[in-house]
Amino acid sequence: MEQFLPIAFMLIMGLALLIYTLLDGYDLGVGALLPLANDQEKDLMIASIGPFWDANETWIVLGVGVLLIAFPAAHGVILSALYIPITIMLFGLILRGVAFDFRVKAGDIHKTRWNRLFFIGSVVASASQGWMLGSYITGLQPSLTNTLFSVLIALTLPALYVILGASWLMMKTEGALFDKAIKWAQAAIIPMGIGLLLVSIATPLVSQSIADKWFVLPNAIGLLPIPLSCMIIYAGLLWILRRPDLLARGYAWTVFAGLVLICLMASLGLAYSLFPYIVIDRLTIWESAAATESLQLIFYGVAITLPAIIGYTIFVYKIFHGKARELSYE
Amino acid sequence: MELDPFLLSRIQFAANISFHILFPSITIGLCWFLLFFRLQYTRTGDKSWEYAYFSWVKIFALTFALGVVSGITMSFQFGTNWPGFMERVGNIAGPLLGYEVLTAFFMEASFLGIMLFGKDKVSNRVHLISTFLVAIGTTFSAFWIISLNSWMQTPVGYEIRDGVFFATDWWAIIFNPSFPYRMTHMLIASLLTSAFMIAGISAWRVLKDSDGPSTWLLLRVSLIAAAILTPVQIVVGDLHGLNTLEHQPAKIAAMEAIWETEKGAPFTLIGLPNEETRTTDYALKIPKAASLVLTHDADGELPGLDQFEGEHPPVGMVFWSFRVMVGMGCLMLLISWIGCWQLWRKRRLNKTYLMALAPMGFSGWVAVLAGWWVTEIGRQPWVVYGVLRARDVVADHPPEVLIGSLTGYLALYGFLLIAYIGSLNYLSSKPPRSAVLLHEYHLSSTTAESDVK
Ligand code: HDD
Ligand code: HEM
Ligand code: HEM
Repeated sequence: MEQFLPIAFMLIMGLALLIYTLLDGYDLGVGALLPLANDQEKDLMIASIGPFWDANETWIVLGVGVLLIAFPAAHGVILSALYIPITIMLFGLILRGVAFDFRVKAGDIHKTRWNRLFFIGSVVASASQGWMLGSYITGLQPSLTNTLFSVLIALTLPALYVILGASWLMMKTEGALFDKAIKWAQAAIIPMGIGLLLVSIATPLVSQSIADKWFVLPNAIGLLPIPLSCMIIYAGLLWILRRPDLLARGYAWTVFAGLVLICLMASLGLAYSLFPYIVIDRLTIWESAAATESLQLIFYGVAITLPAIIGYTIFVYKIFHGKARELSYE
Repeated sequence: MELDPFLLSRIQFAANISFHILFPSITIGLCWFLLFFRLQYTRTGDKSWEYAYFSWVKIFALTFALGVVSGITMSFQFGTNWPGFMERVGNIAGPLLGYEVLTAFFMEASFLGIMLFGKDKVSNRVHLISTFLVAIGTTFSAFWIISLNSWMQTPVGYEIRDGVFFATDWWAIIFNPSFPYRMTHMLIASLLTSAFMIAGISAWRVLKDSDGPSTWLLLRVSLIAAAILTPVQIVVGDLHGLNTLEHQPAKIAAMEAIWETEKGAPFTLIGLPNEETRTTDYALKIPKAASLVLTHDADGELPGLDQFEGEHPPVGMVFWSFRVMVGMGCLMLLISWIGCWQLWRKRRLNKTYLMALAPMGFSGWVAVLAGWWVTEIGRQPWVVYGVLRARDVVADHPPEVLIGSLTGYLALYGFLLIAYIGSLNYLSSKPPRSAVLLHEYHLSSTTAESDVK
């Protein structure tokens, strides 16, 4: 139990953060695309994420929650080291979250302003999440190269979110907005690819211990499927984005699914790089784990509630399945 | 002036949690009102209930969003500003917070989507159930977080090894000695906060001539609820105080500004507690009343602040916050009873009364904040009462960073509060649908085509 529970919670935390990246990723991406659409399209774009964003955002609460529950010692170290980007991210998330409601409830004269804040909030939150990821991978040690690395990720993550957002819009809209969404995805896929490539090259360069783990012989071969599958999927994405006819015939979900796979591969790679550390080169998951009795108590809770959560999340997505329409409370 | 990072972290935490609680204190209660409106509509088919639901579900959605985003800030605060807290009490606080996320946050956030936007996508029954699940979810949220907070006030069921807390009895931890009082008091507080908000805004509508039939329905429901709940809240508050006397005597001594331990202590109505001279200046006292209320014996002995020198909370803040809360409680009682009396005798409310009722829309906020300040400031200097000091768990960020984040938060919160109240005003100036639709109904049934505005 003492050995097993920290690993289980590491997986749960990783899963929560991965789901967060994908789900809140698409609605942050939609936010970042907002200024490119006309007023009517803006309403539709927001309507397409309206019923979901709150639950999407809850996954980060779970991720941080598991960090806090299972690895209290690491929780303090990580969050206080990331004080500034976290604060900025929170400002972004706050603005984004409230702009949803204020833009339709504060009166028409203020709508443009709230749309703008919605956009700013989404972009700020995405970029600071990238920054946080960058500082985390580089072991929370401030230095010039590490900062550059964080900036790099801060620019890449929004590109990923934008494509997630665009592919979401392809599934939820039709007509002119659908065509625009394809254009947006085509425009963002190249920077995202370059960003991901650079990040993959830079990661072993900034962190010696990560390099040691990837470039030793038997491991390197075993790990090959990760970069290879990413490249194949990426090529597939490039191809399908040039086939609007296929996308329009109901294959838009493949773009989203491809991104899901890429993110999954990236997180497997990241997990491999970090394990068994939770703060790289400083704290292992066992050193920072909470008492076994506490972990046990919450493990039962997770075992019961997580399937239920996933179940009703699917239920909600089913109800709002299909092309989005204007939102109304009626 | 060299600013103490500890003080800055405290102010920032206090600002964030005070901002957060404004919104849950409405949503927890309001959701049950909404469920009631929906049930009444399903049961009677009377459109007015449906309009009542529609006009308030909008405000609910807005309030909920503010609660969510400020809550996310809270969940990062422990780590960013009080890293020592989780290192020391993580074994106990962690699972309680975890259960809140697992049993409450996901449920309310997911079914909120159906509740707000799914009315014509699901059957009436599924919609009712979703509304119910959101209401239960908000109440579960309150359950877990209040349980944790109460445990921090009256810690039991743990042992300390090498400075780290370990749970020994989960049942005792969750249902700790002050929990039942705090939970009941908080739930009633949010029902009252939302009842007065409904009443206040409806009164505002009547005053601005933008009322409809459902406005009067709302006035009736909310005033009756308030008239019943306020006295209950006062009794529960009294019991809560007795419980605090047992577990946190220093807090009671500060609330009542009792400087010396005495038998037959007087109740100080108002006054200016002075920590230098350790007396209360300009005090207006009722002889023996404090002893009577707190020990139910006019000559009962109350421990004074002299027993806790150097270990007791700042007296002035606690003393005044307590008086503000109790004052609000008395005002709520007065207003809600007068309102019910007028409705019963005349079936209408007069203008003077409505003008008094409108500002009471925010009375719940004032009382809730004051109440929490009593609780939280009254527990200083401890985070976990009697065992762990706040000073020992704070993060050592440079003051400039903290000043930056604190100013940012305060500016943002100020802006959001203005926007929120502005939106409430905007939403309540639009003619309610009950008025518009009844007007149209009237027109079509008399087949008149003139003056359609
Ligand atoms: C609508 C809100 C409201 C109203 C009208 C009252 N309270 Fe209250 N009170 C709260 C809302 C609240 C609160 C915000 O919910 C607190 C803060 C923490 C808690 O559990 O409840 C609280 C705390 C609180 C405490 C502090 C307990 C502690 O932390 O040790 C006491 C002694 C009372 N209340 C007593 C009263 C009395 C005697 C009232 C009679 C008028 C009263 N309250 C009205
Ligand atoms: C929601 C209503 C609440 C309000 C308005 C509130 C308000 C406050 C205030 C004003 C302080 C600062 C006291 C001071 O430093 O003088 C404080 C401190 C604190 N509160 Fe609360 N609180 C609330 C609920 C909670 C809950 C539910 C928890 C825990 C789960 C909590 C945990 C803390 C902690 C850890 C501190 C430590 C910081 C310090 O001691 O200064 N509070 N709170
Ligand atoms: C330190 C203490 C607290 C923390 C860390 C915290 C954390 C959070 C978080 C993360 C959310 C967003 C959940 C979501 O994504 O849907 C939230 C919302 C909520 N919180 Fe808190 N909270 C605290 C104090 C309180 C208190 C004292 C109460 C009430 C008694 C409360 C009641 C709620 C409710 C009902 C919601 C749902 C959203 C809403 O109704 O506006 N919380 N909180």
